[in-house]
Amino acid sequence: MSHMHEPTPEMIKDQKVYSQMGLTDDEFGMVEKILGRTPNYTETGLFSVMWSEHCSYKNSKPVLKKFPITGERVLQGPGEGAGIVDIGDEQAVVFKIESHNHPSAIEPYQGAATGVGGIIRDVFSMGARPIALLNSLRFGELSNPKVKYLFEEVVAGIAGYGNCIGIPTVGGEVQFDASYDGNPLVNAMCVGLIDHKDIQKGIASGAGNTVMYVGASTGRDGIHGATFASEELTDASDEKRPAVQVGDPFMEKLLLEACLELVHCDSLVGIQDMGAAGLTSSASEMASKAGMGLEMNLDKVPQREKGMTPYEMMLSESQERMLVVVKKGHEAEIKEITDRWGLLCKEVGVVTEDKRFRLLHKGEVVADVPVDALAEEAPVYHKPSRIPDYYIENQQIHRPIPVVEDAKEMLYTLLSQPTISSKEWVFDQYDYMVRTNTVVAPGSDAAVVRVRGTRKALAMTTDCNSRYLYLDPEVGGQIAVAEAARNIVCSGGEPLAITDCLNFGNPEKPEIFWQIEKATDGMSEACRMLNAPVIGGNVSLYNETNGVAVYPTPVVGMVGLVHDLDHVTTQAFKEEGNLIYMLGETGEDFGGSELQKYLDGQISGQAPTLNLEVEKELQNQLLTAIQDGLVESAHDLAEGGLSVALAESLIGTDFGANVRIDGDVTTDLFSETQSRFLVTIKGEHQQAFEQRTGATLIGEVTGTGVLTVMHEDETHIFDAPVQELEAAWKGAIPCLVKSKA
Amino acid sequence: MKFAVIVFPGSNCDVDMYHAIKDELGEEAVYVRYDEQNLANYDAILLPGGFSYGDYLRGGAIARFAPIMPEVIKAAEAGKPVLGVCNGFQILLEAGLLPGAMKRNKNLKFMCRPVTLRVQNNETMFTSAYENGEEITVPIAHGEGNYYCDEDTLAQLKKDNRIAFSYADNPNGSVEDIAGIVNEEGNVLGMMPHPERAVDELLGSADGLKLFKSILRNWRESHVTHA
Repeated sequence: MSHMHEPTPEMIKDQKVYSQMGLTDDEFGMVEKILGRTPNYTETGLFSVMWSEHCSYKNSKPVLKKFPITGERVLQGPGEGAGIVDIGDEQAVVFKIESHNHPSAIEPYQGAATGVGGIIRDVFSMGARPIALLNSLRFGELSNPKVKYLFEEVVAGIAGYGNCIGIPTVGGEVQFDASYDGNPLVNAMCVGLIDHKDIQKGIASGAGNTVMYVGASTGRDGIHGATFASEELTDASDEKRPAVQVGDPFMEKLLLEACLELVHCDSLVGIQDMGAAGLTSSASEMASKAGMGLEMNLDKVPQREKGMTPYEMMLSESQERMLVVVKKGHEAEIKEITDRWGLLCKEVGVVTEDKRFRLLHKGEVVADVPVDALAEEAPVYHKPSRIPDYYIENQQIHRPIPVVEDAKEMLYTLLSQPTISSKEWVFDQYDYMVRTNTVVAPGSDAAVVRVRGTRKALAMTTDCNSRYLYLDPEVGGQIAVAEAARNIVCSGGEPLAITDCLNFGNPEKPEIFWQIEKATDGMSEACRMLNAPVIGGNVSLYNETNGVAVYPTPVVGMVGLVHDLDHVTTQAFKEEGNLIYMLGETGEDFGGSELQKYLDGQISGQAPTLNLEVEKELQNQLLTAIQDGLVESAHDLAEGGLSVALAESLIGTDFGANVRIDGDVTTDLFSETQSRFLVTIKGEHQQAFEQRTGATLIGEVTGTGVLTVMHEDETHIFDAPVQELEAAWKGAIPCLVKSKA
Repeated sequence: MKFAVIVFPGSNCDVDMYHAIKDELGEEAVYVRYDEQNLANYDAILLPGGFSYGDYLRGGAIARFAPIMPEVIKAAEAGKPVLGVCNGFQILLEAGLLPGAMKRNKNLKFMCRPVTLRVQNNETMFTSAYENGEEITVPIAHGEGNYYCDEDTLAQLKKDNRIAFSYADNPNGSVEDIAGIVNEEGNVLGMMPHPERAVDELLGSADGLKLFKSILRNWRESHVTHA
């Protein structure tokens, strides 16, 4: 496409060229009003990406406002590359989660890889050293060959990027459900560590200061990626493959090291990654945040291909690029560092006072718009919402406890469901140890990464049970936050804050917008109660294929502080003779459960209930007991209930367990009642532990290698050899993907 | 004792190696950039893992041309201990300091897990603190760790007792379960598993520490003899 053949402003208006870029008629009218004239092609492109949902949050802003975003430890809330939370000793943790769903749906390897690359840049652009990666993945059923392909390639893409750049992928979650068949979810989270004094912001302040471009050159990849991410997928989406970026983790490794040196330069004013909407968003947001303008000469932008137009350069989402603002006259200090890392570094522009965003190309002004109009003044929509029929119907369903003929067989079956079964096939492909700080590797409740040089560690997890959210978005939203906190607490950490990735369908449908409203209501309540503010995140809407939405999936990424390495706790049973306790009460909660999904082939009824005060109290009890050194193992009860939690605590050990239940067998073993923990302690701590908690003794760890479940009425329910449990649990995914591993 | 940790563009286990030496072995470690040209002041040379030059073309294929490499070869020829781990091993192969080549893992996927290694020869300067036949737990993390050499080379390696470590349960398809080999003189060791990641029980294993202790003890002994 040549510059010469671009549509004229008149053609853009008359032929509605803007609508192909995602702008509505009204929005185009607003742009004309702002400019006092009809925008040219480049300008139309700038507005279309900056006003896309992905960049402007125009549909989600009203709900995002509900989140609690402050707290005594919060140093940086939403609005920068990533949020920051104080962890004491002048150190802080920086983290954020982001989606790369649409790119991964059509080009899974590169889509996932560049999702990882993007979130890493968000963290190091704050000046932080990335120390860990996590992810949250959703796929359709593995019986579908296309899903199998997406699953294998997404995992390979995450591995390919994270392993090469040398940041350990320490945790995450993978779930499978038919609602994700055509629209997988790929959410990547990065956690970094920073000294308070090194915290950077993405601002372009100081008129006359120099704007510099660092990193990879700009190509034609990913043009209009942000716009593409803000519309539904259809069978024709494969044609948008050129909108998917291509990653180079080696380049990013160099960029990472160079940027972490740059943040120590006194002459550095601001730094921001070129992520979604590339040069357009980074430059306009940096200027807007500083209350300044910015002028850029596009002839100076390093270009990978010949004849690139201003439109292409501004909308490219080529990876591994940063925009840096430096005090005038100090450009050489920046170049000295980037040269040493073998990186391109060009002076491309200057900070101005006039609050305009002005682009020059071949001696002509090719765009001249108010910078705040791009970065701040996108329209905000309060979409109509409506309670979906399916919700009302489900609320009226009252079903008896499911019938399970053979509890042991059912346990084996549940352990081999892809959502519950071992994810070793996945994390074996991730280097989860590089940088040698990973204290708890993938597979336990939360990953734990030590803070070298201290006794502290960070616990981290991603969670979201979207089946509960589908049945009841408000309670499901609460559960997502509560479960994340449970995982942190079980690992010995105190929840600090969350980052969220709101994956939903098309918000223009009132039923979908209702899900968004309710889910964020629930999350907000839980965040307040559990003292875990939202410090940043990402919204991914339009996750629909051919008109069918994914389950509402607001993924919660949580980081907790482990005050002393001695508090680090895992789910595995530790010693024969230890006492097994259940903390929390069991009820009949089968709506959205793994058992229901298996027996009925679908989910129905009500999501489990949640009492946030009880949740908070039990988490406090458990954390206190752990910090007092009373706890040998801790595991939250999640999908599959007590039976699965027992199996997971035994697998990989040589132990067995004798467990006694006293209620309905199916309920006790498979119900997914919330706010429950499986805890083991040494016999000598029985009194102290019982004083601190309301836990119930349900059995003891044995040396038999067999899980024996008895009923209080002396009925023998089953003996399950741990080796058999392990085989069922480990074999499922490798078998489904037919890997030889 | 002073260890050089060579940092190529794309090295990422340099930090692990550095801390293993400094924090766990308690000796001096210094990062040396790929474009420096003097290793005279170091007693041992460590080539860490990672993705030097992105592993583009082939693991280690570009790193072998880095300006520091003639110095690494010189140090090897001078009899100094030279240890290449993972990508470092690949670089040693590409540089011709060790025989053979790496293929992709037999399952064609990256694999990261603790594995059991068997010490095959404890008479090297890297393994003398181990027992012969001792089984140790050390992690692997690689996509191209499937060691290959022709039959003559293999026969020679076996005859000279130059297989230092082998896998108890071969994860990647390496010939003869080979996990690590030394050169003819015994002062250059290449291995795919990461001993520097197994120096602290907190992270799962400290079995790799004896490797570094072996280097230190042998250096001290030779140092005393020469003094």
